[in-house]
Amino acid sequence: MTESRSKGLVLNNVAIRDHERELFCIDATVRPGEVLTVMGPSGSGKSTLLNLVSGFLPPAFSYTGRVLLDGVDITQAPPEERHVGLMFQDPLLFPHMSVEDNLLFALPKDGGKDERCQKVRAALAAVNMEELGARDPMTLSGGQQSRISLIRLLLSEPKALLLDEPFSALDSGLKGKVRDFVFSQAQQRQLPTILVTHDEADAQRAGGNIITI
Amino acid sequence: MIAVLTLPLLAGFAGVLLPAFGYFPSLGGISFTFEYLFAVTEKPGFWHSLHLSLWIGLATTFLSLVLVAGFFAANWGSPTFLRIQRFISPLMSVPHAAVAFGLAFLIAPSGWIMRLCSPWATGFDRPPDWLIVNDPMGYALLLGLILKEVPFLFLVGLSASSQINVDERLKLARSIGYGRMWGWMITVFPSLYKLMRLPVIAVIAYSTSVVDMAIILGPNFPAMLPVQLLRWMNDPELEMRFIAAAGAVWQLGATLFAVLIWWLGEKIIGCAFRRAAIHGNRLAKDGWMRGGVSGLMLILVTISVLSFVILFLWSIAGFWRFPNTLPDQFSLMRWMANAGMLIDPTANALLIAVLSTGIALVMSLGCLENEYRHNIEFTPGALRVLYLPLLVPQIAFLFGISTLLVRFGWDGQLAPVVFAHLLFVLPYVFLSVAAPFRQFDLRYLRVAAALGVNQNKAFFTVRLPLLLKPILLATALGMAVSIAQYLPTLMIGAGRVETITTEAVALAAGGDRRLIGIYAMVQALLPAIGFVAAAFAPKFLYPNKRYFAS
Repeated sequence: MTESRSKGLVLNNVAIRDHERELFCIDATVRPGEVLTVMGPSGSGKSTLLNLVSGFLPPAFSYTGRVLLDGVDITQAPPEERHVGLMFQDPLLFPHMSVEDNLLFALPKDGGKDERCQKVRAALAAVNMEELGARDPMTLSGGQQSRISLIRLLLSEPKALLLDEPFSALDSGLKGKVRDFVFSQAQQRQLPTILVTHDEADAQRAGGNIITI
Repeated sequence: MIAVLTLPLLAGFAGVLLPAFGYFPSLGGISFTFEYLFAVTEKPGFWHSLHLSLWIGLATTFLSLVLVAGFFAANWGSPTFLRIQRFISPLMSVPHAAVAFGLAFLIAPSGWIMRLCSPWATGFDRPPDWLIVNDPMGYALLLGLILKEVPFLFLVGLSASSQINVDERLKLARSIGYGRMWGWMITVFPSLYKLMRLPVIAVIAYSTSVVDMAIILGPNFPAMLPVQLLRWMNDPELEMRFIAAAGAVWQLGATLFAVLIWWLGEKIIGCAFRRAAIHGNRLAKDGWMRGGVSGLMLILVTISVLSFVILFLWSIAGFWRFPNTLPDQFSLMRWMANAGMLIDPTANALLIAVLSTGIALVMSLGCLENEYRHNIEFTPGALRVLYLPLLVPQIAFLFGISTLLVRFGWDGQLAPVVFAHLLFVLPYVFLSVAAPFRQFDLRYLRVAAALGVNQNKAFFTVRLPLLLKPILLATALGMAVSIAQYLPTLMIGAGRVETITTEAVALAAGGDRRLIGIYAMVQALLPAIGFVAAAFAPKFLYPNKRYFAS
């Protein structure tokens, strides 16, 4: 395999079993900047797939197959060494830290204190939210919280994005905006992305392949 | 309910403060003076006692909290966590005095550990002349208290964890590269600690003023301040009453001071945490730390289990020479010989436990139902009132109440003792029954109402039966708390209401290990029987009902 072909997230014949029952089997490649949408009714194991890729598969499940990220087999790696970013339905900004501290928390440790603060401010400024830095996350609107949580995720420099129904808690007015924001950021950084959703509109907008399980 | 909890406290304080400042008409003190507050500080060893209370209290709280937090951080959601968790509730139900005796039998120079290692490893064929139990710095007491407080904080931590999204926080932290422990520490612990704060302060209050465990394990010359206080209170010379009351005021101050130091520590550590959290250090390689903390927890659980085993062994031991691992023969002779002596204290303990728990249960359920019917919000303030009896050193206000009781001639009777137990039983019963009560699926009640059943009938025929399991558990917990109470029984009962616990602690000085083993076993078994009964009763009461089966 050449370097360029191995870039991206590969699900190599991944099958997950809940005790004896096989939930699904997926064989797919997500190239940098592409979005793979996984759809299915609740209980079909969509989130379980994300748990497997991120390293949080509960012991009750078993699996076969391999997960490769940029050519490296991460199937057995501990979660903290995978560089796979998760975005949940709730923004999960830590309520005991300011917005800026939430972002600093995610930023890898290199450079001095000032340099790191600069990076965080730049990240906020790039999306025109620099005035939110000092705020208490609990005082932000739902849409702002979602966007900050994505910025936090991106600052941690992941090599792939996993989105677990991240738009379903937003009301329909905001949904489109936040969705566009997330997809354009993923596109810009050329991140392979897996989106789990049950909303047809999410899948349409994502533009990539759609797998229904 | 608020009155039940606060009035006795206020009365108790009055009963302590007045004599401390010299006002006690029946003893001829009618003028206010600071004399006794100074006089008590001149008693030999006073400052040392005070210092012991502070150090034991703070060290117990700090080490227990670090151990519990470390264990949660290292193992949350892992099989190890579940394995240890199974031991915690039973350990929590063992009364303090029994834990202390078991530990003493384990670590004393002639204790089981020494026997197991002798003579092959130590070369001793007689017990060495070391002061391990009752050591002057109180390390034995510290260990005993940690054995008791770790299960308590563990359960508190579990219930707090169920109120915040621990799993998701941890997932988020780990997916961006944080190690398990450090990730838990900075994303979960700050929120968790907020919910655990009152119980943590209760641990400080308890361990700065502990009496029963201190009598058994603690230093003697001088003893911790609360033990010293108890001696003064029972001094035949009436003048000592003033001194004791003044000492109780100092005890109150010592506990308050310990809480103040804790509060300062909280601020400093909190600040350090906030700084460390945004440095970006991932600390992903934490395998050795995780192993270390889990190992410590395992040792603690092992010690607890072994102390229970050694109590049992001594209670049936025949002749048992020093370095031998086991007694030469076993016999039930001492059990038989003491059966008659055991009946009264056991019956008393059960009677007090049943009455105080029963009242606590009725009050708690009444309060909760009232809260539901009138849509009353349960505020943090109300929670603080509920915790109040646990946040104040027992000895300080019980002494006040007992002085008042003597005045009215009510001392040494059962009713005031039951009432004193109620103070400490009520918070536990309420807190343990409140969560399931509030999580109750209200649609059952709506169905009942739609069928034309009135509120009272629905309460008794629908809500209570469906809540049978948590109610029985709360009952078992309440009875365990009551059975373990030493000081309220002793002081309010004026030494005339004897329970298995007061009798067991009274044996501490005698050092008859077989007899102590028997009393401590009975003391530990009573709550255990309660919990087992609570677990099985629903299945017997409702056979063939899957709802009650698991």
